[in-house]
Amino acid sequence: MNSVVFLNILRFILLVLTQVLIFNTLNFMGFINPMVYVIFLYWYPIKGNRGVFMLTAFLLGLIIDLFSDTLALHALATLTAAYARPLIMRFCFGVNYEFQNFSFKNTTKVQRLTFLALLVLVHQMVFFFLEILSFSHLLLILKKIFATSLVTIFLCSLFSSLFSPKSE
Amino acid sequence: MQRIINFILSYRTAFLYSFLALISLIITVRSHSYHQSKFFNSSKWLTGKIYGAAADVSSYFSLQEENDRLVKENERLRRILFNANEENKVQLDTASIDFEVTEARIVKNSFASPRNYLTINKGSNHGLEQDMGVITTRGILGIVENTSSNFSTVQSLLNTKSNINAKIKNTNYFGSLVWDARDYTIVQLVDIPRLVPLVVGDTIVTGAMSSIFPENIPIGVIKKYDLNASKSFYNIDVELFNDMANVKNIYIIRNRNKSEIRELEALTTDE
Repeated sequence: MNSVVFLNILRFILLVLTQVLIFNTLNFMGFINPMVYVIFLYWYPIKGNRGVFMLTAFLLGLIIDLFSDTLALHALATLTAAYARPLIMRFCFGVNYEFQNFSFKNTTKVQRLTFLALLVLVHQMVFFFLEILSFSHLLLILKKIFATSLVTIFLCSLFSSLFSPKSE
Repeated sequence: MQRIINFILSYRTAFLYSFLALISLIITVRSHSYHQSKFFNSSKWLTGKIYGAAADVSSYFSLQEENDRLVKENERLRRILFNANEENKVQLDTASIDFEVTEARIVKNSFASPRNYLTINKGSNHGLEQDMGVITTRGILGIVENTSSNFSTVQSLLNTKSNINAKIKNTNYFGSLVWDARDYTIVQLVDIPRLVPLVVGDTIVTGAMSSIFPENIPIGVIKKYDLNASKSFYNIDVELFNDMANVKNIYIIRNRNKSEIRELEALTTDE
């Protein structure tokens, strides 16, 4: 139990630093800053307390906000993705994710990728709509959502295959 | 009562979600229209220290380029100094100087979001305060927004909230410089009346109507222009001299007469 908590705290700190120092300064093609810290929600244990999970997600977003001067946009986007996670899981893995012996090991690669993609997409949609908050920029918003999500999903799937959790 | 408690308990995650979402919406919307939040910004101690340490390392990679830029500027300033007439020479009596200049370095740059803020490594300990102008060797960059003791955040030109007085060089036609969040190399100059003769390539400089920047600091050149919806004012696209993706060394300008100007303005509007 303690090792899981410790692992998640370590992950939290490392993801904040990677996001803030590397991915926020990437500016690929002038505007794409992939938000890889969303993978925290993908890695977080399934059976944990939902309240704690949402509070952690909120805090993660807020700290990223502090660094990137974006008010509380990351916080709200991460919180929404965390809230929607059980729904997305039920959609991707079917009802059997609620059973005790469920783990990522007995799911297919496609299922996991869909799960990750939906998490990222929910996060990016909330983030960019609130960031610009103007319907005259609809095309710009869609362009940003599409491009950033694509790069984020790509990087996150790389990360998840690089550092695949063994104990969970 | 029992039922109410049961109801709340069964929807507790939904309640928690709405509560936290409300908090973040309040933080976001409250500072959407006016100033950046006082508490949630990167001028704070922890964020400043981390960005400062990272900038210490990464600044080595662009050292040569940055040196060249500064030497070029020194050369230009020397030329002005040596060719100045005896009577126009820089006055050494500090009491009569209107603008003071402090140098600083950017530790965090940002240009991809609609509201961009930069973080710099000087703060209130070095005499910085809100609403001081920030320029680079090539042109203007933004305005100081929040300060902590050793770091400050700067509201970039590339911020939809930014609004800077600017004019066409060598004329007195002035307008407001704003940004439409689309391209980080181009900002918009609005409110120039249609009778003004414009040419693509004209230089845009800061105007005299602001107590933040001195007059005639370069901003950019006109890239294209057209009339706005009411057909009485121009919308001008201005290509910036600054490469906003690549700025390091900056100068902060302090107007010594600002408090006097502000007081006078406050008195006038009261009556």
